[in-house]
Amino acid sequence: MAIERHLNDTVHVTNLEWFVNWSRKSSMWPLGFGLACCALEMIATFVSRYDLARFGMEVARPSPRHADLMIVSGTASKKMIPAVRRIYEQMAEPRWVIAMGACACTGGIYKNYAVVQGIDRHLPVDVYIPGCPPRPEALLDGILQLHAKVMKEQSIHNPRVTCVKVAGE
Amino acid sequence: MNQEAIKDRLTAKFGQDAVLDTTVFRDQLSVTVIKDKIREICRFLRDEPDLFFDFLSFVGGVDKHPQTPRFEIVYQLNSSRHKHRFRIKTRVEETADGLASIDSVVGVWATADWHERETAEMYGITFKDHPDPRKLLLPEHWTVFPLRKDFPLEGTDDTPDLPPQKI
Amino acid sequence: MNEQVRRMEDFQSELMELNLGPHHPSTHGVFRAVVELDGETVVNVTPHLGYLHRGYEKTCENKHYHQVIPLAERCDYMGASSNSLAFCLTVEKMLGVDVPERAQVIRVMFAELSRIFSHLFWLGTHAHDVGAMTPLFYNLREREEIMNLFELSAGGRLMPNYLRIGGVIQDLPEGFVERLRAFTEHFDRRVDEYETLLTKNVIYMDRTQGIGVLSLKDAIGLGASGPMIRGSGLAWDIRKTEPYCGYETYDFSVAVEKGCDAYSRYLVRIREMRESNRILKQTLEKLPGGPIRARQPGVVFPPQEEIYTKMESLIHHFMLVVEGLKAPVGEYYQCIESPRGELGCYLVSDGGPRPYRLKWRAPAFVNLESLAIMARGHLFADLIAILSSVDIVLAEVDR
Repeated sequence: MAIERHLNDTVHVTNLEWFVNWSRKSSMWPLGFGLACCALEMIATFVSRYDLARFGMEVARPSPRHADLMIVSGTASKKMIPAVRRIYEQMAEPRWVIAMGACACTGGIYKNYAVVQGIDRHLPVDVYIPGCPPRPEALLDGILQLHAKVMKEQSIHNPRVTCVKVAGE
Repeated sequence: MNQEAIKDRLTAKFGQDAVLDTTVFRDQLSVTVIKDKIREICRFLRDEPDLFFDFLSFVGGVDKHPQTPRFEIVYQLNSSRHKHRFRIKTRVEETADGLASIDSVVGVWATADWHERETAEMYGITFKDHPDPRKLLLPEHWTVFPLRKDFPLEGTDDTPDLPPQKI
Repeated sequence: MNEQVRRMEDFQSELMELNLGPHHPSTHGVFRAVVELDGETVVNVTPHLGYLHRGYEKTCENKHYHQVIPLAERCDYMGASSNSLAFCLTVEKMLGVDVPERAQVIRVMFAELSRIFSHLFWLGTHAHDVGAMTPLFYNLREREEIMNLFELSAGGRLMPNYLRIGGVIQDLPEGFVERLRAFTEHFDRRVDEYETLLTKNVIYMDRTQGIGVLSLKDAIGLGASGPMIRGSGLAWDIRKTEPYCGYETYDFSVAVEKGCDAYSRYLVRIREMRESNRILKQTLEKLPGGPIRARQPGVVFPPQEEIYTKMESLIHHFMLVVEGLKAPVGEYYQCIESPRGELGCYLVSDGGPRPYRLKWRAPAFVNLESLAIMARGHLFADLIAILSSVDIVLAEVDR
């Protein structure tokens, strides 16, 4: 708009929804939910070589109350899945979930009695990142795709409600 | 001390009928002993000065279904002083109510605690006089024994994702 | 005045039960412990395991022998190559396969790289638990260099999946030896840097000396192995007592400390990193030429180049992949010295293409049994330091 040029680009004009989405994706705090081997690659993404901090995600909180993004990295066993659900329920909205690794996406190489065949049976997943373990670049790509998804959300007019519902409850 | 000599000490102390079977494969010897004397045998193997098996590497189970006795419990022993290894096994039969039992060796080696708990929950074997016979790795409400040969790999209806009641 | 002063005995107190985990930043994975506290002092610790139980042993009963190797690597994800080494050695002993010299030296390279890899991560997270946050970033920087080497050789950063029954999958690529040499040359100085940060640091010494004492008698009774028992005074290293892969030809010493506490275990692991570097330098000098896999049709995969040119190799490869190898009837127990201790593989074969029973003797599982004894009487913050000095990997504990 013309007014921005007059004020030498010190003022930007946009709509509220864009602004809310932009601020949400620019400082999305991850809950580093490292379960198994993928957690090591997630930690490798946090440190200096791949550096997740440049995307505003440096503050990785262990407490779900302070976090926006739950990166489920690793295998969810049947003993652990109630704890995973409980932690998801404790996160404040808006909240997103990334299923990192083959085990979180579909159960991975463990198709047996002890492993949940994909956490999307219990949680709403936004981005799936395959790999065993996925490279840190793959995790970064997934996070950027999540950022793009957040930018397209209708956060004001049609806010997303994510609740954990399982058939029969 | 070589493995044959260790076995001979065992038969000398407990008699020929204490040792049910001996198998040799490559350079390792396994001795199957009778179930009822397992605690005394283990104590002897640990305390005898020139045997001195103070380390228990693991206690494991093998399901030999459909052979009877069905289960085989394996004790892998090691000596820190003499640096020799030995393996003793014992067979446990499955009783009519589907359970089997054997004496626990926690009094001989403290490390047997968790190994026996894991073997118990995976095969359905009771270790008598175990100080803490709770489940170790499986969810507490499960009633199945996964490592048995007749349990399917992908689980049954008794191994659902979530526990029966809502948390 | 005296009536107003209440006696200590009049206070009624109970033990407080605190739940630690399974989601906790300091438990190194999904580990849950119920801690009974008297104020701030730990009275008892009851670990609750199984939150990462993935049915590894049952799954292996349904896979061919060659298919078990990637499963085994994911068991101890910190030093993945040592797991596949334990499994491959067991199967090779059962089948009577002679691994060629070059493959043995390469296996030792990978085993020692895995040891350094695992100890670096342990050092970073242990220091982080105790409060020193700096070493973690530098340790992860070293690990990136080792991951570059893994990736160069076999394609996987964390799980290289490089070992096979009979040898390794493919020869070392160009540039590997030079990069490894460059790594070994600067690694000792890096370990000096880490020691400068921690070894004589008064705060670190206060946090770890006298903490988590595990006497030798308790350690042996509880089956502890690896740095746990070497930190308690017993020089027990399977690479020396029952050598495998040609370890008897390498010149290295066993790190032993008599302190029995967390500080001794730290010193043992630091020295082990240095000794591993020493072994790596020797492997570089020793690396002979020759084949990288044994030749045993029906059991070992034929060389990759021959599959495209020779008919018999193609058929052998095909049959091996589709039908699997047939191991003789019997049972065998083989153990190696993994970064955590005695990693053993007990394999029972019934003559078929799949293991009848694979029992994985996981060192972290057994070392964790000593947590309750070590933690009694200490403060709660010391419990975290003790837990991190045990060096557990939950995937190995729970299998």
